[in-house]
Amino acid sequence: MSGNLLEVRDLQVSFRTYVGEIQSVRGVTFSVKKGEVLAIVGESGCGKSVTAQTIMRLNPSPPSVIKYGSILFEGKDGVVDITKMSDKQMESIRGAEMGMIFQDPMTALNPTMTIGKQITEGLLKHQGLSKNEANKQAVEMLKLVGISNPEGRMDQYPHELSGGMRQRVMIAMALSCRPKLLIADEPTTALDVTIQAQIIELMKSLQEKTGASIILITHDLGVVAEMAERVAVMYAGMVVEQGTVDEIFYNSQHPYTWGLHRSVPRLDSNSSEELVPIPGTPPDLFAPPKGCPFAARCPYAMSICTEEMPEQFTVSGEHSAACWLLHPDAPKVERPAIAGGIRA
Amino acid sequence: MSDALLEVNNMKKHFHLAGNQTLKAVDGVTFHIKRGETFGLVGESGCGKSTAGRTIIGLYDATEGQVLFDGQDISRLKGKGLKQYSRKIQMVFQDPYASLNPRMTIANIIAEGMDIHGLHRGKARMERVHSLLEAVGLNQEHANRFPHEFSGGQRQRIGIARALAIEPEFIIADEPISALDVSVQAQVVNLFKKLQRELGLTYLFIAHDLAMVKHISDRIGVMYLGKLVEVTTSEMLYSNPQHPYTQSLLSAIPIPDPDVERRRERILLKGEVPSPLAPPSGCPFRTRCPHAMDVCAERMPEMKETEPGHHVACHLYE
Ligand SMILES: Nc1ncnc2c1ncn2[C@@H]1O[C@H](COP(=O)(O)OP(=O)(O)OP(=O)(O)O)[C@@H](O)[C@H]1O
Ligand SMILES: Nc1ncnc2c1ncn2[C@@H]1O[C@H](COP(=O)(O)OP(=O)(O)OP(=O)(O)O)[C@@H](O)[C@H]1O
Ligand code: SF4
Ligand SMILES: [Mg+2]
Ligand SMILES: [Mg+2]
Repeated sequence: MSGNLLEVRDLQVSFRTYVGEIQSVRGVTFSVKKGEVLAIVGESGCGKSVTAQTIMRLNPSPPSVIKYGSILFEGKDGVVDITKMSDKQMESIRGAEMGMIFQDPMTALNPTMTIGKQITEGLLKHQGLSKNEANKQAVEMLKLVGISNPEGRMDQYPHELSGGMRQRVMIAMALSCRPKLLIADEPTTALDVTIQAQIIELMKSLQEKTGASIILITHDLGVVAEMAERVAVMYAGMVVEQGTVDEIFYNSQHPYTWGLHRSVPRLDSNSSEELVPIPGTPPDLFAPPKGCPFAARCPYAMSICTEEMPEQFTVSGEHSAACWLLHPDAPKVERPAIAGGIRA
Repeated sequence: MSDALLEVNNMKKHFHLAGNQTLKAVDGVTFHIKRGETFGLVGESGCGKSTAGRTIIGLYDATEGQVLFDGQDISRLKGKGLKQYSRKIQMVFQDPYASLNPRMTIANIIAEGMDIHGLHRGKARMERVHSLLEAVGLNQEHANRFPHEFSGGQRQRIGIARALAIEPEFIIADEPISALDVSVQAQVVNLFKKLQRELGLTYLFIAHDLAMVKHISDRIGVMYLGKLVEVTTSEMLYSNPQHPYTQSLLSAIPIPDPDVERRRERILLKGEVPSPLAPPSGCPFRTRCPHAMDVCAERMPEMKETEPGHHVACHLYE
C-alpha cells in the first residue's frame, strides 16, 4: 500500500429503486495516505456521502449494491478489502479503526442515552476497558474536545447541549478508540462560523496528536483551503480531478473545477466582480450520459466529449483530471484567469 | 433622513414564553436603508435576523420602537394604506422547497399576489407571468408545470418571480441562497443584482455567509444576541472592522486560497453563544470577547459613530 492507509479502486455503487437503478458512484478511484487530510468536494448529489458510507459499509443492502471495485484498508491485521468484509467483521473495524462524523450530530447520537454512556459504549466494546477506566477516558476525551465541566456533561442528554457542543461530543465519540481513519461528512456545515472555526482548529490539533488520516467531505472551498492536503473533485458519481490542494487551487485543469472556483465570492476580493455561475444542472444518475458527465454544462465541450468518457489524464505526479482538453490533440484553451488564481 | 426608504428605530420584538419567560429576539435595533440600496444583515444562528425581517414586513407586531416605510409608521397603517404597504414590500424565503405550494402550477403561484391585489387581470395576467419568468431566467413553457419538476435554483427563481409580481419597491430576502449549491448560489445572486439594476429595487438581504453578503451589499449590519453591534459599508466592515465580534467573525471565515490560509492568524472565540433567554448583563458579547473590561458587564454600550458612516456599539470606542 506504499504509505497509503486506504485505496479505493474503481468503486461503483448503485441503488436499486422501484423506478430503476441510480448509479450514485460510477468508478471512483483515490487513495488516502497515512496522516493526511483528503478533501472530497462537489455539488449536492454527486456521490460524496455514498462513497464515504460505502467505505464504512453503512449503506444498507438492499437497496444499495457495490457493483464493482475494491476498498483496501490497512487495518490492525494487515490489508483487508472492505467490500468483502462480513457485517460482523465490519463491526470490529467501525468504531475501532474507522470513525465517522456526520453533518447532523443528532443522526449519530442516541437521544435517549446520556453522553457518557454513548462514549463509553465503544470503549467497553472495542478496547476491553473496565467501566471505571472507560469513564475516565470518556471524561478525558470530552476535555480534549474542549467541553467544559466534562464530568457534569457525562450525565446529560444530547438535547441539553448546543449544536457546537453536540458536534464536539460526536468528534469525541468518533475519536475515543483512536481510529486510523476519520471520515468527516460536512462536519461544520450546520454550525455558525465562529463555532466552525473552533471545530476545525480542534480537528487539526487532534489529527496532529493522533496521526489519524481524515477524509473531509465539504462543499466549502474555504474549509478545503484551510484543512486539506489533497483534494478530490467529484461530479456525477466520478472523480473528475484530484491533486494537492495547491494543484487544485492554482493549477486546476478541469472546467468543472474552474466553474466551482469562479462561482464563490471571496471575503478578500472586490464585490464588483461578477460571480460566474455554472449554467444548467448535473445529469440524472438514472441515465447518466455516455460521454463526459459535465459536457452539457461545459463551455469548452467538443464533439468527442458527448461521445466518449474522457480517461484520467495525468497532469503531473499525482495530479490527474478526466477531461478531453488534456488530450495531446485537443485545442489549447486558456484557463480562466481567476480560476483558483490569487485575486488580490 | 429623506433618502431612507426604510427607517427602523429602536425596534424590539420580545416573545413571551411559558413560565413567564421573555425571549428578547430583537432588542432595540436602529438602522436605515436607502432607496436602491442593498443592506445586509449578518450574525450567528438565533441572533434575531429573521425575526427582524418578519417584524419589518409586519408578520410580527413590534414590541417597541418604530418602522417607518417612506416616512410612514407601519404600525399606524390600516385599510387601504396597509394593503398598499403589503404590495410594496415582499419577502423571499430560505427554503425553495417548502415555500412553494406543490399543488399549484407555477403560473398560479406567481400570479397569486396579483390576483389578491386585483392587478393584471384577464389577458394581461398570463402576459405578466411570462415576462416575469423571463426576467428571472426561466421560460414561458415553465408556466404550467409544478414545483417538484424544478431544481432548487429554479425554485428560488420562481419564488423571486412571485415576489416581483406585484411590483414591490422593497424585498426582504431571508437566506435566499443558503439551501442552494455553490454553483447555483451565484446564479441567484447575479439575478438579484440584475433585477436591482433594472427595477431600482431596495433589498434587505439576510444571510450568515458573510462573503456572499459582502459581495451583494452596499452596507452591512452585524447582529449579536438581538442587538446590532456594528453598521457600516461593506468595504469598511472588511477593511476596518471595529467591534471585537465582527473582527472574530471575519477572521473565522475561511478564504478559498491555500496560500492565504497558511499565513492567516485566527482570533478564536471561546465558548458558545449565550442563550437569548439569559443574555449576559451589559454588552451581549462580553462573555466571549477577548477585550472585555469591567464596564462591559455593567452597561450596554451605545451605538457611536467612530468615523463617517461607521457605527459601533462597544465600550472600547466610548
Ligand atoms: N438510500 C438511497 N436510495 C436511493 N438513492 C440514493 C440513496 N442515497 C443516496 N442516493 C442517491 O445517490 C446520489 C448520491 O448521493 P450522495 O448522498 O452521495 O450525494 P452527496 O454528494 O453526499 O450530496 P450532498 O452534498 O447533498 O450531501 C444522489 O443522486 C442520491 O439521490
Ligand atoms: N415565534 C417565536 N416564538 C418564540 N421564540 C422565537 C420565535 N421566533 C424566533 N424565536 C427565537 O428568537 C430568537 C431569534 O430567532 P431568529 O429566527 O430571528 O434568528 P436568526 O438570526 O434568523 O437565526 P438563523 O440564522 O438560525 O435563521 C431565537 O432564539 C429563536 O428561538
Ligand atoms: S471532457 Fe469536454 S465536456 Fe468534459 S469537461 Fe472536458 S472539455 Fe468539458
Ligand atoms: Mg452528502
Ligand atoms: Mg433566520
